[in-house]
Amino acid sequence: MRIFKILLLFFPVLILFSCNERRAVSIYEEKGKPAFGDTIITGSIGEPSNLIPILASDSPSHEVASYIYNGLVKYDKNLNIVGSLAESWDISKDNLTITFHLRKGVRWHDGTPFTAHDVMYTYKVIVDPKTPTAYSGDFLLVKEAKVLDDYTFRVTYGRPFASALISWGTAVMPRHLLEGKDISSSPLMRRPIGTGPFKFKEWITGDRVVLTYNSDYFEGRPYIDRYIMRIIPDSATMFLELKQYGIDMMGLTPVQFVRQTDYDKFKKSFNKYQFLSFGYVYLGYNLKHPFFKDKRVRQAISYAIDKREIIEGVLFNQGVEATGPFKPDMWAYNGNVKRYEYNKEKARALLEEAGFTKRKDGILEKKGEPFEFTVLVNQGNTVRIQCAELIQKRLSEIGIKVKIRVIEWASLINEFIDKRNFEAVILGWSIPQDPDIFDIWHSSKQGKKELNFISYENPEVDELLVRARHTLDREIRKRCYFRIQEILAEEQPYTFLFIPYANIAIHKRFKGIEPGPAGLMYNFKDWYVPEAQRRYKTNATLSP
Amino acid sequence: MLRYLLKRLFFMIPMLLGITLVSFLVIHLTPGEPGVLDVEMNPKVTKEVRERIRAFYGLDKPLHIQYWMWLKRIVKLDFGVSFSTDRRPVIDKIKERLPITIGINLISMFLIFVIGIPIGIYCARYKDTILDKGFTAFVFAGYAAPTFWVALLLMMFFGVYLDILPISGLKSFNYDEFTPFGKAMDLAKHLIMPIFISAFGGLAGISRYMKNSLLEVLRQEYITTAYAKGLPEHVVLKRHALRNALLPVITILGLSVPGLIGGSVIFESIFSIPGMGQLFYMSVMARDYPTIMGILVMGAFLTLLGNLLADIMYALADPRIRIGVG
Repeated sequence: MRIFKILLLFFPVLILFSCNERRAVSIYEEKGKPAFGDTIITGSIGEPSNLIPILASDSPSHEVASYIYNGLVKYDKNLNIVGSLAESWDISKDNLTITFHLRKGVRWHDGTPFTAHDVMYTYKVIVDPKTPTAYSGDFLLVKEAKVLDDYTFRVTYGRPFASALISWGTAVMPRHLLEGKDISSSPLMRRPIGTGPFKFKEWITGDRVVLTYNSDYFEGRPYIDRYIMRIIPDSATMFLELKQYGIDMMGLTPVQFVRQTDYDKFKKSFNKYQFLSFGYVYLGYNLKHPFFKDKRVRQAISYAIDKREIIEGVLFNQGVEATGPFKPDMWAYNGNVKRYEYNKEKARALLEEAGFTKRKDGILEKKGEPFEFTVLVNQGNTVRIQCAELIQKRLSEIGIKVKIRVIEWASLINEFIDKRNFEAVILGWSIPQDPDIFDIWHSSKQGKKELNFISYENPEVDELLVRARHTLDREIRKRCYFRIQEILAEEQPYTFLFIPYANIAIHKRFKGIEPGPAGLMYNFKDWYVPEAQRRYKTNATLSP
Repeated sequence: MLRYLLKRLFFMIPMLLGITLVSFLVIHLTPGEPGVLDVEMNPKVTKEVRERIRAFYGLDKPLHIQYWMWLKRIVKLDFGVSFSTDRRPVIDKIKERLPITIGINLISMFLIFVIGIPIGIYCARYKDTILDKGFTAFVFAGYAAPTFWVALLLMMFFGVYLDILPISGLKSFNYDEFTPFGKAMDLAKHLIMPIFISAFGGLAGISRYMKNSLLEVLRQEYITTAYAKGLPEHVVLKRHALRNALLPVITILGLSVPGLIGGSVIFESIFSIPGMGQLFYMSVMARDYPTIMGILVMGAFLTLLGNLLADIMYALADPRIRIGVG
C-alpha cells in the first residue's frame, strides 16, 4: 500500500518525462531550393530595451529593430552604400545638398503609405532637444531639411559632411503614429511598426521577442516565416540550448569555437561562420605621463609586446593583429604602415636611446626614477586581463615593471579614464562602418567625458581629420585616412593589439548565408530553409 | 492589541524613510550613470548629447533635490519612470515579473516546509542514526553546492544527454499552439529543474531549525512527565512536543515574507527566468535609479511587515508572549 502511494506520487513526473517529442534528424548537406517557411531562433544575453532604435543604446534592441525598420540607405555586403527606402539620390556639385528620391508604393506594417513626410518627422524628432537620443550628433549638422514632394526629400548642410549620406541609414519612424506625441513614452517602443522585412508579433518580457514575415516587403517577402529572439542571460545555458537545438544561432567564444564544438554531432547540424568584428583592442597610454610623452618609449613597448602570442594564447587564433584604428576589409584601411614585430633588441635599443639605463635589479630607470607603470583593465573581461598578463611578462623581460589593476567598468571609466587618472589602459573601440574617427583623435576632443582621453595631439592628424570629414570624395577621404594611419603607426599613441573574429554557429538547414565585411545579417531576408529540411512547420504561412 | 498594532505601524514610517534615504544615497554614490549613457565607447556619442540626456533625466540637479522629487512621488505611490531606455513605468516592470517570482517562491517554499519539517522531526527523534546522518549530509550538500553548478549539471544530464526536459525559459517557443493541457505540461516541465534547485538549497535551514527546536523540547520535564503518564510515543510527539517545537518555525515563516518577492540572480539567469532577481540586477548594472528604489522600497516594506506578522502570529500561538504585550 505504501509503495503504491509512492508510485502515485511519481506518476505525474513519469507523464512529464514520457510525452517528449523526438526530433526528426535529416541530412542538411543538400543545398535545396529556396522555399518559404520555418522559424529561426536566436539567443541573446541581454534583453532589448526599446524598439525605437533612436532611443536605444544596446545591441539587442538595434538588432531586432534592424529587421523591422529601414533607413533611406544601407550598407551592402562590402560596405558600399546602396539604396533602401531611397531609390536614388543626387548630390549637388558643392557637396552641400543631398536630394533623396524615395521608393513609391512602400507601406508601413499597418498599411499606411510611406512618404517623405515620415523622413522629415524622423529628422525633426532626432534633433529635438526633448528627445533622449544618443544619435543626434550627425543630424545637428543639417542646415535645412525640406520635403519637395511626397517622394522627394532634400537636406542641405552648412559644410560638406562626409558621413552625411550614411547617417540617413537611420531607421525612419512612422509619422502618422508619432507626430504630436511624446516619442519617449510611445507604445511603439514595445510594439513597433516599421517598413522592414519582418513585422513585430509579440514581446514577452525577459523571455522572447517574436517577429513574423512581412508579405508586403518592398524588396520581396523574406523566406523565413518567423524570427524569435530568446533572452538567455547566462552564456553557459545558451550554449547548452544550442546543443539541444533550443536555439538555431549563437555567437561563440574562441574556446567554444575552437574546442567545444569540434565534434561530429555538432558539425553535422551546425555551420560555423567567421568574420572580422567591428572592434579592436588596444593598450592606450596617458600621453601626459613623463615617460610616455616620448615616442621612442611607446615604440619600444610595441616592439616588446608579442601580438602573435596574445592572439594565439588568449584568442585561440580567433583574431588578427591590429595595425591601426580600422579593420583590413574596409576601404579606409591602410595595411602598408610601420609594423612592430616582436623584437626585444629593437625595444632595448630604443629605450637606451630615450635615456633609460639598467639598474642592478634589472629594472630600467631614468634620472633615478624606475620604469614602472600600472595597466588598468575592466573586471570580468578575461580576454583583456589575460592580455595584460602577457604584456606584463614581456615587458618585464626588457626591464619594465608592470602592475595590473582590475576595476569594475563604471569606476574605470568615471574615476580613472574621465579624470585622466591612469598611466596605461587596455580598452576596445568599436570600429564605425563609416571611418570618421574625428572624436577619438582630434586634439580638440580632450575635455571631460570626451573621447580623446589619452591627450593625443598632432597638428597634421588634426588637419587630415577635418579634411576627411568635410568632403564627400571618397578618394580624398581615403588619402587622408591612409596618411593618418601612417602617422598613428609611427607614433604609437596606442599599441594596437588585435581585431577579434566574430564566430557564429548557425543551424545547417539555413542556406544562403554569406559572411562579408559587413558581417552576416545584411542579407538575412534571403536566408532560406529547403522544404525537406524544414524543422518548424508553423501555421504562420497560413495565417500571417 | 489594536493600539499596539497601530503603534507598530506608525513607527514603520520613520524606519522606511530612513531606509530609502540611505539606499538613495548609496546608489547615487556608486560610480556610473544610467544605461542610456552607458554607450561610453561609441565614438558617435558626443559630449553635448550626453549633457542633453543628463538634463532629460534630471541628473543635473543636486542630490537632495533629486531625493525630494522622488519622495514627493513615492508618497503618492508613484514609482516613477524607469531610466533604462525603455522608459516604462517602474510599477509595470515590477508587476509583470512579480507573479513568476512569487509563484516559484511559493511552490518551493511549500516544498521546503513539507519536506524540511519531517526531515527535522525524523532527525530529532532518531538522532545519531545512520539515516539522520544521511539526511544531514543531503541537506547540507544542497545548501553548500553552488546553485549554478548543480543547475548546469542537471541541464546537461536531463536536457542535453537524456533530452527529456527543456533547458531554460518558462514556455516553449510554440506555446500558443498547444492545448490547455499541453500548456500546463509545458510550463510544468520548464519548472521542474528551477524549483528543484531552489528547494534543494533551502532544505538545510528549515530542517536544522526543526531538529534543534524539537530536541530542545524533548529535553523538557513535561515531556518526561508525558512519557511517565504512559502516553504512547506518537501522542507525546504530536500533542506535546511538536506544538511547542513549531513555534520558532512561525518566526521563520514571517521572516520569509520579503523573500517571496526577491529572486536569486544566479538562479534566474541560469534558467532564463524573467523574475525579480534579474530585474534588480539589471537595474543596478544600468544604474536605473527609479527601478532600484522601487524594488528596495517594496522589499523594505515587506520586511517590516513580515516582522510585524511574525510577532503577531507568535503572540496568537503562544499565550506566554501575549501577556507581555500589555
